[in-house]
Amino acid sequence: MIEALSIWVAAGLTLAIMSFLYGDNPVYKFAEHLYVGYSAGYWLIYTWHFTIKLMVIQPIAEKQPGALWLVIPLFFGALMLTRWFPRIAWMSRWSIAFTVGIGAGLTLTGAVHGYIIPQVKATILPLWTGNGLTSFNNFVIVVGVITTLIYFFFSKPHTGVLGKTSKVGILFIMVAFGASFGYTVMARISLLIGRLDFLWSSILKLVHFF
Amino acid sequence: MLKKQIPLAITFITGVIIVVTFFIPHPPFGRLQQDALTWYSVIFGFTMLLGVDSLVKFHYTKLRRREKGWWFSIVFYCGFLLSFITGVISEIRFGDAFNINSSFMYFYNTILVPLQSTMFALLAFFIASASYRAFRARNIDATFLLVTAVIVMLGRVPVGYMLWHKLPDLTSWILNVLQLGPMRGIMIGISLGTVAMSLRLILGIERTYLS
Amino acid sequence: MNGENISFWEKLGKIDRRWIFLIIGLVVFIPIAFGLRMTVHVSPAVKSAYDTINSLPEGSVVMISIDYDAASMPELQPMLKAILRHCFDKNLKVVLINFWPLGLPIGNQGLEEVAREYGKVYGVDYMNLGYRPGDIAVMLRMGTEIRSVFYGDIKGTPLDSLPMMKNIHNYDDIAVVVGLEAGSMGDAWVQYVNARFKQDLILGVTAVMAAGVYPYLQAGQIKGLIGGLKGAAEYEKLVNHPAFGHIGMASQSWAHVTIILFIILGNIGYFMERRRKRGL
Repeated sequence: MIEALSIWVAAGLTLAIMSFLYGDNPVYKFAEHLYVGYSAGYWLIYTWHFTIKLMVIQPIAEKQPGALWLVIPLFFGALMLTRWFPRIAWMSRWSIAFTVGIGAGLTLTGAVHGYIIPQVKATILPLWTGNGLTSFNNFVIVVGVITTLIYFFFSKPHTGVLGKTSKVGILFIMVAFGASFGYTVMARISLLIGRLDFLWSSILKLVHFF
Repeated sequence: MLKKQIPLAITFITGVIIVVTFFIPHPPFGRLQQDALTWYSVIFGFTMLLGVDSLVKFHYTKLRRREKGWWFSIVFYCGFLLSFITGVISEIRFGDAFNINSSFMYFYNTILVPLQSTMFALLAFFIASASYRAFRARNIDATFLLVTAVIVMLGRVPVGYMLWHKLPDLTSWILNVLQLGPMRGIMIGISLGTVAMSLRLILGIERTYLS
Repeated sequence: MNGENISFWEKLGKIDRRWIFLIIGLVVFIPIAFGLRMTVHVSPAVKSAYDTINSLPEGSVVMISIDYDAASMPELQPMLKAILRHCFDKNLKVVLINFWPLGLPIGNQGLEEVAREYGKVYGVDYMNLGYRPGDIAVMLRMGTEIRSVFYGDIKGTPLDSLPMMKNIHNYDDIAVVVGLEAGSMGDAWVQYVNARFKQDLILGVTAVMAAGVYPYLQAGQIKGLIGGLKGAAEYEKLVNHPAFGHIGMASQSWAHVTIILFIILGNIGYFMERRRKRGL
């Protein structure tokens, strides 16, 4: 019974959202606001369980080594919430500054060590390998990377050799965007397949129930 | 000083710590990095609460002022309270709100999953409509884009093999060779921009996060 | 005569989009309702992912990262199940981790469902670390010691009390990490975990992101790539367990053909209209 109710509600909410395809309507708005409200409550429970309970309270309660120091980030986390009070909202800047600093440091090292260097290394390919197809492929990859980077160099006007090279670059970029678009269509259709399959199997389940 | 200089100093010190400890993982720097990352995790968890607060305040204001569509704010609060109350009950009853048998998970599967999935599934309809009404081969660039898109769309599904058995291989070549260069070029450009922005943040040149 | 044709193209170009919605809905729904299936051919990128896991000796640890939520579930949940079936077939140990809060229950449910199929025991054959905030910070701290960030599992049970976790301390004890990605966490796995700890990675991504992940594959930063629902169908074929991935392929194929026809029709109308205006 509970499962049947769940199927009815889930299918009903699915159709409520899909009603937007006909036009904006109160049924869709109801479903939309329910989704936003439920998500907001979910975030609260999530934060309590995984941040406060498992990361702070449990280590302190179980007297793990160094657990008491967690009171400090707990304090800074609470400072973040001072944004709710305009008079002392400036205190949240300290917590934000901490997260921004750490984030910037991580991004700086990650981008260089984890992306730029390996990707540039992977672009340094032999233009002649003895195999015609491999050599051609390597040439296409190298030309693709260089002409794309040249296209995005806007410090000089795109005239002369720079202009012609950037024109080749834009053609490569269009190929990349075309591949992305093709894949994006695939992704969106897959999501629709998921929902329609759910609706169909819900109908079958409910027919089976009754 | 408290409102500007100290936050800038915090950003600078923490950013430098992370960069230095990347190069020197040995004690005490390794330990310093671990502690900084632990603190970051705890503080980061609280940022989620700020978004929830904005939403709750927004709908409360809408309700109080009886603005247009205020009754939907009641629906918002119903969803919020349903989620919160079942979460609290499940947390007390099972010690873990995410227990598969809890009411919190029941409503998660009944309400959140179908709503979230369907919201994104609607995009399929809009992309089909856009394909018909907006995607035009107006010039050589757009033609390259559309031809590549058509080849990838056909080559990555079984019907492509049925049309021409070499089409999946052609698609594979486009993905692994032809489009790889520009994708890499774009991402290198983005990474360089990210590096520049990170440096600006650490050095205090970029201060918009303090507002 | 010419005026009537052009008028027809103009009308066709301004057709109410709800007709387009209806056509796409029917094209996707009919193959599902009639249970139509199509043969799936495996691509080298997915084969490479499969071979990486297939080459692992029994008892190796595979960490699977659930970095998606209900919005991307139709593409990535079938991948999760196919990979879990592969791991359990080969008696590999599975550790689940999560970086997307809204996706944690989905990943957990998928894991429990497949584990039940194979009669696997929690804490012995598989376990779920759950979620901790901090994303990259969590990834980096796990490189030293998993217990420094996950003292307990998803329920709070201390890791040391789980038999399979006795010898799992950091990435050195994990054979491969499989990231199932709907956002930027895949980049984080590559740029931080693979770059710093030389951890072998496989990425299963939504089709939206797939095109942008090929540079990682070519650079050797990932061992395999599973892209979209088609990728899931390919992996299902390799593990001899056709499931949702296969169910969706007929709908996927005909929807793509329909959209291509829409593009062609739209462009024909555009060029006819342009010719008419130039003639004027």
